[in-house]
Amino acid sequence: MIRFENITKVLGGRAVLDDVSFEVGEGETFVIVGLSGAGKSVTLKHMVRLMQPDSGSVVIDGEAINDLSRTALQTVRSKFGVLFQSAALLQWMSVADNVALPLREHTKMDEDEIEKLVLEKLGLLNLSDAGDKFPSDLSGGMQKRVGLARAIIMNPKIVLYDEPTSGLDPVTSRRIDDLIVDMRKELGITSVVVTHDLHSALAIGSRIMMLHQGKIVESATPEEFIHSKDKTVQSFLESQYITKKGKWETGLSHE
Amino acid sequence: MQYPANSARRMGSQMLQLLHDVGHAMFMLLEAAGFIRYVFSKRNRRETIVQMFTAGIKSLAVITVVALFTGMILALQTGLELRRYGQEVYIGSAVAVSMIREMGPFMTGLIIAASVGSAIAAQIGTMVVSEEIAALEVMSINPNRFLVMPRLVALVVMMPILAVYTNILGIMGGAVVGTTQLGVSVQAYMDNATQFATNKDLYVGLLKAFVFGIVITTVSCHQGFMTREGAVGVGKATRRSVIISFLVILVLGYMITRLFYV
Repeated sequence: MIRFENITKVLGGRAVLDDVSFEVGEGETFVIVGLSGAGKSVTLKHMVRLMQPDSGSVVIDGEAINDLSRTALQTVRSKFGVLFQSAALLQWMSVADNVALPLREHTKMDEDEIEKLVLEKLGLLNLSDAGDKFPSDLSGGMQKRVGLARAIIMNPKIVLYDEPTSGLDPVTSRRIDDLIVDMRKELGITSVVVTHDLHSALAIGSRIMMLHQGKIVESATPEEFIHSKDKTVQSFLESQYITKKGKWETGLSHE
Repeated sequence: MQYPANSARRMGSQMLQLLHDVGHAMFMLLEAAGFIRYVFSKRNRRETIVQMFTAGIKSLAVITVVALFTGMILALQTGLELRRYGQEVYIGSAVAVSMIREMGPFMTGLIIAASVGSAIAAQIGTMVVSEEIAALEVMSINPNRFLVMPRLVALVVMMPILAVYTNILGIMGGAVVGTTQLGVSVQAYMDNATQFATNKDLYVGLLKAFVFGIVITTVSCHQGFMTREGAVGVGKATRRSVIISFLVILVLGYMITRLFYV
């Protein structure tokens, strides 16, 4: 479904992605983890050509997107919904208008149909009462849910999540995780999630890939990931107090 | 011996960057202009009207004050000199011709660049920083159609209207000073004003206002889209948009005057 073929991207003289190749299959929840600056968000941006690789190619459903015309790219992008790290809601529009935007721009639906669909998606994300509010009136978690409602309003095949739980309290974070799992179960959506949060990654991912210094150091199922012998992965797991049994361990001494 | 080579390299690099920026701005303008045919479509109509309201109605208060005082200052400065030769009756033509040819569109351009243009740069810059522009692109919504085109239409329509408004108020301000300070009757002032100001003056003034509208939109939107470095970058983009707009308005104002009057 999504294939990276030997992608290299240099930013500020540093190879953020260095000859990276991987594939995301249909219906997967593919989680990309890594330290800050490891190239996670850059990887995500390449999938919808918000960034172009210096070499290599990105293939979506068998079609290389590097050199596509704007019209062809539009068709490819219509397969995607993206939840941005900051939710990226248009601040001067109400929540309902933000969610309705793709429908107004790309369909000929009348306002009644649009309103019905928007209410349906907002309801799915427990935002039924928020339609008339503006993004600035909402908490970070609510903004992310609105961003998610907008991302799925056109029923995309693939949803990309850029740090969906960053800056959120643990309860809201787990609620977002549940939503991502529900999206896959109920709508069959393929998901690519970029996160620092390994607990989240282990809970939602069908496969976890770790990037470090522009290279893939591990790509495995959650179970295999926990038992990875790679030192970078081990250190990353330990930094979030996760043992090889996948259990929570404080690692703190109270002597 | 490294210094001259480094300086030349730096200058060359800056020139290339300038050309790149100008090319990018022109591409953005042309693409937005190409979308003008959709201005009355349902999805663009509302935003265009909002932008016309912002550029036009919300700027009226400041334009009113600036235009009145511009006319009054012009009348007072010119009138005092003319009175030394007993020619204060010509104050009407001096104010009217100055306002219609130059000061009306020029002052309007500066006010709109400082108020509306800076707001456009700040808004688009903030949208870049908060990934809203990226979100539009992913949703296959062309930012040049969605954001630039309505602002372009709003400014090229409202600028000439505002320039005419500035002209009228400036001439009225001049009349107030002419009658109260210089002893010229309103009738004499108006007769003199209409005798010397020609249709050509009006058309050239309107052309300038139209061109300034294009300049302000292009510079402000382009600076907004070029924003980097978060909140600091938004501040820089806003400042640059005002400075560049002022400079381009001055240079183009001179060139249009030269084209039509020399």
